[in-house]
Amino acid sequence: MAFSARHLLGIEQLSVPDIQSILDLADQYVDFNRKAHKHSDALAGLTQINMFFENSTRTQASFEIAGKRLGADVMSMAMGASSLSKGETLIDTALTLNAMNPDLLVVRHPHSGAVDLLAQKVKCAVLNAGDGRHEHPTQALLDALTIRRAKGRLHRLNVAICGDIAHSRVARSNIFLLGKMESRIRLVGPKTLMPAGIDQFGVEIYDDMAEGLKDVDVVMMLRLQKERMDGAFIPSEREYYHRWGLNAEKLSNAKDDAIVMHPGPMNRGVEIDGEIADDIRRSVIQEQVEMGVAVRMAAMDLLMRGRSVPQNKGVLV
Amino acid sequence: MSELLLIGARIIDPEAGTDRLGSVMIRDGLIAEVLYGEPPAPGRVETIDCGGMCLAPGIIDIGVKVCEPGERHKESFRSAGDAAVAGGVTTMVIRPDTEPAIDSPETLEFVHRRAVDDSKANVLPMAALTKGRKGREMAEIGFLQDAGAVAFTDCDAVIENNKVFGRCLTYANALGALVMGHVQEPSLSNGAAATSGPLATKLGLPAVSPIAERIQLERDMAIVEATGARYHIDQISCAAALPALKRAKDAGLRVTAGASIHHLTLNEFDIEGYPTFFKVKPPLRGESDRVAVVTALADGLIDIVSSMHTPQDEESKRQPFEAAASGAVGLETLLPAAMQLVHAGMIDLPILWQKLSLNPARLLGLPAGRMAAGAPADLVLFDPDKPFVLDRETLRSKSKNTPFDGRRMQGRVLRCLVGGKQMFEGNS
Repeated sequence: MAFSARHLLGIEQLSVPDIQSILDLADQYVDFNRKAHKHSDALAGLTQINMFFENSTRTQASFEIAGKRLGADVMSMAMGASSLSKGETLIDTALTLNAMNPDLLVVRHPHSGAVDLLAQKVKCAVLNAGDGRHEHPTQALLDALTIRRAKGRLHRLNVAICGDIAHSRVARSNIFLLGKMESRIRLVGPKTLMPAGIDQFGVEIYDDMAEGLKDVDVVMMLRLQKERMDGAFIPSEREYYHRWGLNAEKLSNAKDDAIVMHPGPMNRGVEIDGEIADDIRRSVIQEQVEMGVAVRMAAMDLLMRGRSVPQNKGVLV
Repeated sequence: MSELLLIGARIIDPEAGTDRLGSVMIRDGLIAEVLYGEPPAPGRVETIDCGGMCLAPGIIDIGVKVCEPGERHKESFRSAGDAAVAGGVTTMVIRPDTEPAIDSPETLEFVHRRAVDDSKANVLPMAALTKGRKGREMAEIGFLQDAGAVAFTDCDAVIENNKVFGRCLTYANALGALVMGHVQEPSLSNGAAATSGPLATKLGLPAVSPIAERIQLERDMAIVEATGARYHIDQISCAAALPALKRAKDAGLRVTAGASIHHLTLNEFDIEGYPTFFKVKPPLRGESDRVAVVTALADGLIDIVSSMHTPQDEESKRQPFEAAASGAVGLETLLPAAMQLVHAGMIDLPILWQKLSLNPARLLGLPAGRMAAGAPADLVLFDPDKPFVLDRETLRSKSKNTPFDGRRMQGRVLRCLVGGKQMFEGNS
């Protein structure tokens, strides 16, 4: 089935069947990726440009591998260094790239809504790889795939999302996705890191970690940015770890088979104890990375299926 | 002796609070006579039949930004003046937040010359309260006043230092000068692009709580009380600020308050999808705040409505929402947008014209704003009901950053007179 929208800008606009079809296809790509020969021609002849206006080694690599395995011509541009510093507007950058006739733009930007803005100005499909504090749809989809494979379902689960909700696009996309799939969401963390009005998003809010993790199926930890630790949001790193860092004792409040997730990169000893992160019985953190490639392949595949891909016989024919 | 007779008009008299048919005789740039009932016999005097349309004192718009000096590509006195008279604004009270700021008698004289030469509407300049609007050293308030500054303001640059602010008010008060302030506590409001709440959280935008407005207002009122200064608040935008304003007025402080047309007619839901033309300062509020401010306007707690005309070029708006410049043009849309409040039954025409014309005139000690003999013939004739769809490309401002683009509006200016001279005639 084809994807209903032209772009993938956020989870908010996706329907439940959209989400399911991405995850179903992603499951197939997981198997595909585990084979020795992993190359398809699904996106052969198409040009994918990764524009990262914000540094990210992991996500950029994941999108690059996903595109290459699908046979696309992939180019990655570190945008931060070039055009932003020259004062070129985002729209001018978009129009310049648009003139090169790409088929897919994968965009990360530090400002919320920047990817939406760019999508309005280009002819090709745009995939949001994270915009400000707004959305990070492929992260939520890979989290969903990881949960579905571990728990066998996405509905009627208790999921705790813990830590810096205020500055997290991962949290927002996950709240939308898990809400659409009818799971119960708890947000756990210091009140100073809860954004205004978040109680109206169909979530339960906990300040206390032990209470918040009681009987949950999934514990999703968020990264706490170093710059938030300077006393403006939380008193100190060590107090944060003491009260909200995930360790074996706090995790014992969750269900015995609860899984532990983290979008990476982790701050060991700040939001998560190193041993928990490495415990293969509980932690699915490495699997999340693997699911990331599969989900991105599925999303790009579906996004491009909607359009007529010309049979490439070469320009000389 | 030049004479002009306007007959068959619905005369909106904000002073008397009336709205009835009559005629106005203009002589030598002043209103000579206002007659109700039978129109005088048309003699040899040049006569205009207003055809039952509304005739009101021209709008006095406090807080217009004309981007001279410094950014003439965004707006000049010529383009702003053209926009003003096309919108029924006969006097622009201009802001000093230019580049450089209007903070010296020399800059003010430059502005004055440019304005007299180029603008079809009257221009009254405000000057910065501190040098460079930096909040450190007082501007030459006395010299600036002699050079024609009608009020003093650092615009959206809030003077954080209480000693400096207090001394500025004390000094200004000794000269009888009016000070205008922006009531947004900077440590909370700096960098904010939206009002905090579920919508800003969903959009992931840096946001400010309306409490920032209340905090700054409370501080300013305390210092106004201590110094006895005359103080005008540029924009009240939320319910949280209203009790403090009411207390200050009840206590007899010499305080007046304005509201921008954008906060009276738009709300935060307009920023869904990140349209940057809706980015204003302070950010658009929730619907309950909007209704509270409109109610305060109708009740008299808020005295003045202005456009807060802020031209921005395409480059500064073609950015992600949080990086885009703030502000919207408003000279030409102030009247039709304000008519929205009339058509919604929230305020009547004479009361609205107190806010648009009479109260600003009184605040600045101007003879305008009245429909009475002796007042300057700064008048606007408009069709209150005329529907149209706004196309931003038709605006006369050099900058086209209006949030009302594509919106259905009602109310069009037919004629605009400044000092008895017709400066604008629209298509009826």
